[in-house]
Amino acid sequence: MYIVKRILIMLLTIWVIASLTFLIMKFIPGDPFASDADVLPEEVLQNIRAKYNLDEPIAVQYVLYMKDLVTFDLGFSIQSETRSVNSIIADGAPASALLGLQALVIALALGLLLGIVAALNHNKVLDYASMFIAIIGISVPSFILAPLLIKYFAVEWGMLPVASWGTWQHSILPTLALAATPLAVIARFMRSSMLEVTNQNYIKTADAKGLSKTKLVIRHGIRNAILPVISFIGPLFVSLITGTFVIEKIFAIPGIGRYFVDSIFNRDYPVIMGTTIFFSVLLVLTLFIIDISYRYIDPRIKLTSGGE
Amino acid sequence: MLERLLEVNNLEVSFKTYGGEVQAVRDVSFHVDKGEILAIVGESGSGKSVTVQSIMGLIPTPPGKIKNGEVLLEGQDLLKLSKRDMQKVKGSKISMVFQDPMTSLNPTMKVGKQIAESITTHQNIKGQEAKENAIDMIRRVGISNPAERYEQYPHEFSGGMRQRIMIAIALACHPKVLLADEPTTALDVTIQAQVLDLMKNLKDEMDTSIILITHDLGVVAETAERVAVMYGGMIVETAPVNELFNNPKHPYTWGLLESIPDIDAEDKKRLVPIEGAPPDLFSPPKGCPFAPRCKYAMDVCVEEMPPAFSIKDGHDAKCWLNDSRSPALKELVAAGRQFS
Ligand SMILES: Nc1ncnc2c1ncn2[C@@H]1O[C@H](COP(=O)(O)OP(=O)(O)OP(=O)(O)O)[C@@H](O)[C@H]1O
Ligand code: SF4
Ligand SMILES: [Mg+2]
Repeated sequence: MYIVKRILIMLLTIWVIASLTFLIMKFIPGDPFASDADVLPEEVLQNIRAKYNLDEPIAVQYVLYMKDLVTFDLGFSIQSETRSVNSIIADGAPASALLGLQALVIALALGLLLGIVAALNHNKVLDYASMFIAIIGISVPSFILAPLLIKYFAVEWGMLPVASWGTWQHSILPTLALAATPLAVIARFMRSSMLEVTNQNYIKTADAKGLSKTKLVIRHGIRNAILPVISFIGPLFVSLITGTFVIEKIFAIPGIGRYFVDSIFNRDYPVIMGTTIFFSVLLVLTLFIIDISYRYIDPRIKLTSGGE
Repeated sequence: MLERLLEVNNLEVSFKTYGGEVQAVRDVSFHVDKGEILAIVGESGSGKSVTVQSIMGLIPTPPGKIKNGEVLLEGQDLLKLSKRDMQKVKGSKISMVFQDPMTSLNPTMKVGKQIAESITTHQNIKGQEAKENAIDMIRRVGISNPAERYEQYPHEFSGGMRQRIMIAIALACHPKVLLADEPTTALDVTIQAQVLDLMKNLKDEMDTSIILITHDLGVVAETAERVAVMYGGMIVETAPVNELFNNPKHPYTWGLLESIPDIDAEDKKRLVPIEGAPPDLFSPPKGCPFAPRCKYAMDVCVEEMPPAFSIKDGHDAKCWLNDSRSPALKELVAAGRQFS
């Protein structure tokens, strides 16, 4: 029952996002054919507009778009008329997904590790060192970190390819650039969560049982400290998605992010809509999965309780 | 013949804080015999918890530091043990029940597992057998449907039930000493009595000794055999329970006895708190710590720390009034007695 309710809310969310995007998009000044207006005769432009329903009133355009959307037809790109938006997404998704997932895994794994190490060495050298790294990670934005990584690892030391996509070596620098900030945020978050747990009474109970330090930290410390971090994966995911837009552009990676950015500059309405909807579906699904797994991991939250 | 089980000698514990060094425990000595219940009473901040946590090696260092003393369990000094050897003692020979059952259990671990963990850590018992032992412990602390309860999480238990689980964890390895730091303070009055009874019964079954910290002299009267009264980081009076209630020899103890409401009395006496503030533990006075609040304070009290005067066998009091040179002794003791 709870799951059904959640799925309905998800569909509603996606519909609201799609509608808002549609409206906002129509209010961006400009025209997909602005650059063609000087070259092509007025009748031709008229015909092209009609092809994309752009001559209809906005309300009609909206209804037509939504009708296609429910059949998963996202229409054709205006820029490259032969390509459907679905195929653009299908082309770009693998690279974007690989980049995003690698960054997610690295940010989580290293971030948690750094946070735990810092907390276990509270107010000692390792703590200060970890938090120094974290503060750099948080304060240096990826569009500055990326060129720096390229300059040293690719240009000066020639260890890794400068840009583009293909082998796994190509993915190292963009992954690092993308993961840095979320990694740092997670590290700080995990550190404070871990420190808080360390002061809890149940840790004293476990200590009084005579457990070894390792068992104490893993079974009683980390397991509880990690719970609040899981709820943090949602916002993390959002920042990774927006991060890919920039990183894909800098490293010339053929992902969806690049099409998304280009489509906005070109007022390529179907691509803007299609990619936005794609990203929001992804996001809503992620939040759903996190929510469900949270309920599985934390015994105090029951799936049947229907929310609160 | 009573067998000496645990002996604490000249224990001194302090904490480094921003304000300076807190001398939480100053030269505390006491002992517990086999099968005995020793109560430690005293107002908040007098060092009761720090004392028992030192026995368990649970003092966080830093900021805490055990500066002096020995804790002898069957003659072996626990303070000299390595971390590793102390881990073997914690939870098996000595174990502890804490004040707040709501926060003392791990919220994400099945309660049964938390009991079994204690068993597998110290005994050569694994898997199914450990589980069966844990279920047996749940039954022994008076919880019905132990097998089902094993699988549940702490939030599915009430406060009293959680404290029973804490007792099951603590007693799972049949320890020689159970340290109970205000085990019933957080519970309803009716549940308090049940939990205390349970502890008493299990103590007899398992032949365990108990150090019971409490604020409640009613609890002391009902459960303990001997009492140590703490004030300002020191034990100011020790005596068998009856002796303490009938023949108290320290003005602070008189104050404590005065502050219990007499349930039987016709005109219900109000609870009389002892006036004044506890001593500053950053720079404790060189004389008697109770002097600033003591109605009977003499010049010598401020100048010199009172030694432990032996009143009779097993009854000591650190108060100058018990010195034979003290002039007003008889009248004052009589004054103290009227409250008991
Ligand atoms: N971790 C710590 N850091 C600094 N000071 C501490 C610490 N733990 C205890 N103290 C100090 O030691 C003194 C004794 O504390 P303790 O907890 O033993 O009192 P208590 O007798 O158990 O009181 P209560 O009845 O409130 O539990 C207090 O002044 C307290 O502030
Ligand atoms: S030693 Fe003096 S000040 Fe201390 S309790 Fe006895 S009479 Fe009071
Ligand atoms: Mg205490």
